[in-house]
Amino acid sequence: MTNEVGTFAVKKGLAQMLKGGVIMDVVTPEHARIAEDAGACAVMALERVPADIRADGGVARMSDPELILKIMDTVSIPVMAKCRIGHFVEAQILEAIGVDYIDESEVLTPADEANHILKHNFKVPFVCGCRNLGEALRRIGEGAAMIRTKGEAGTGDVVEAVRHARQVLGDVRMLQAMQEEELMAYAKTIGAPYELIVETRKLGHLPVVNFAAGGIATPADAALMMQLGVDGVFVGSGIFKSGDPAKRAAAIVKSVTHYQDAKILAEISRNLGEPMVGRQISAIPENELIADRGW
Amino acid sequence: MKIGILALQGAFIEHQYMLEKLGVETVQVRLAEHLLGLDGLIIPGGESTTIGKLAVDFHILEDLRQFGKEHPVWGTCAGAIFLSKDIHRNQPLLGLMDITTARNAFGRQVDSFETSLDVPVLVKNGSKPAPFPAVFIRAPLIESVGEGVQVLATLPGNRIVAAREGQWLVTSFHPELTNDDRFHRYFMEMISSK
Repeated sequence: MTNEVGTFAVKKGLAQMLKGGVIMDVVTPEHARIAEDAGACAVMALERVPADIRADGGVARMSDPELILKIMDTVSIPVMAKCRIGHFVEAQILEAIGVDYIDESEVLTPADEANHILKHNFKVPFVCGCRNLGEALRRIGEGAAMIRTKGEAGTGDVVEAVRHARQVLGDVRMLQAMQEEELMAYAKTIGAPYELIVETRKLGHLPVVNFAAGGIATPADAALMMQLGVDGVFVGSGIFKSGDPAKRAAAIVKSVTHYQDAKILAEISRNLGEPMVGRQISAIPENELIADRGW
Repeated sequence: MKIGILALQGAFIEHQYMLEKLGVETVQVRLAEHLLGLDGLIIPGGESTTIGKLAVDFHILEDLRQFGKEHPVWGTCAGAIFLSKDIHRNQPLLGLMDITTARNAFGRQVDSFETSLDVPVLVKNGSKPAPFPAVFIRAPLIESVGEGVQVLATLPGNRIVAAREGQWLVTSFHPELTNDDRFHRYFMEMISSK
């Protein structure tokens, strides 16, 4: 009887345990404590939330391991951390300190403009962003054990999150309506591994868990994404850039559980204080959009 | 037979698929009223802190406890924590089963593992004993059990990972993530024989 660590089943399995939950961006151990107390199923440890990365400009890199370790010491729930697209050494460092999930994230400045990390090489699981089925299946092909639709991080505008979730889920629905003969040509068109196209068609959903991210700021936003068909949500700037983070965090957690119950949603949406000040995506210059990062 | 699956957070759909394949009617339980007419309940894996908080916020902790006193309940991973009397820390629990459980007892995610377990109660008369494929994800360990508790499976070193006390069943691993439905059938037998 031998124990096997780092198998795809245990990587994917942790994401399955996060389903129906909210993963919150936190920048300090105090934030992490607030997130855990509010019912977050995991936290993303980082130095700046996406809204601040946008505002500050400059190169955004992996956070200081010291900060991530302090957050890991503070909470009992899984701790995720971000590395730059293609920066496999940042990923090696995050694996070495024992984070529970790595987000190879477009929110940071990409380190490689052609290739992503070969995620099969790691024992730690990865989550990656996507805007459509082709991008999702390329990431899974590289070893991602969880997918999130990208949205547009740090804006508080849910429109791109909706666009990307509709695109990915719509692509899967279209795939199911295809005949088997059409799958190879479709794989070629969307640039996805053929075997994963076949598997997705058979399953009727992505082969791994799929969360929504990028612009979710209210319980209604979170419930909208759940009703569209994602498995859970990431909330970045939306909580700790709002007037009353603890209250808003708890409300978003409840909204993901009771996403189909408008009466409960109405109750938990009351008196949450100021939401984050949003930035309308259509008013952002195209070269400042980050969802386009990823290949 | 109608089995509820606590659907506050976590891997509840995996249990639902498994049960539906076995021809069982299932209900996702989010509020107390969803418990009506159920023959048993599964508390799935997920984050026990999240599940506990939502159970408190929506005032169903006492209803779940009452349901458990009258019906079979099976907790996997976080669900096993939720059923325990003691977990060495302060968080909302059902506290039904006379076991002490430690959260994240095997380490962090990089230490999560798959293995094969011998589970004698799953071996039917005349059938060949086959090991059960067990997936442990940031898993809890059942550190000690009370007198009325039957140990169903252990890892080397006598570390308890599955146990039963009357109508309550706990596994620190995830049968719902495998293709082996023997634990689900075992739970169905617990319900039928009650």
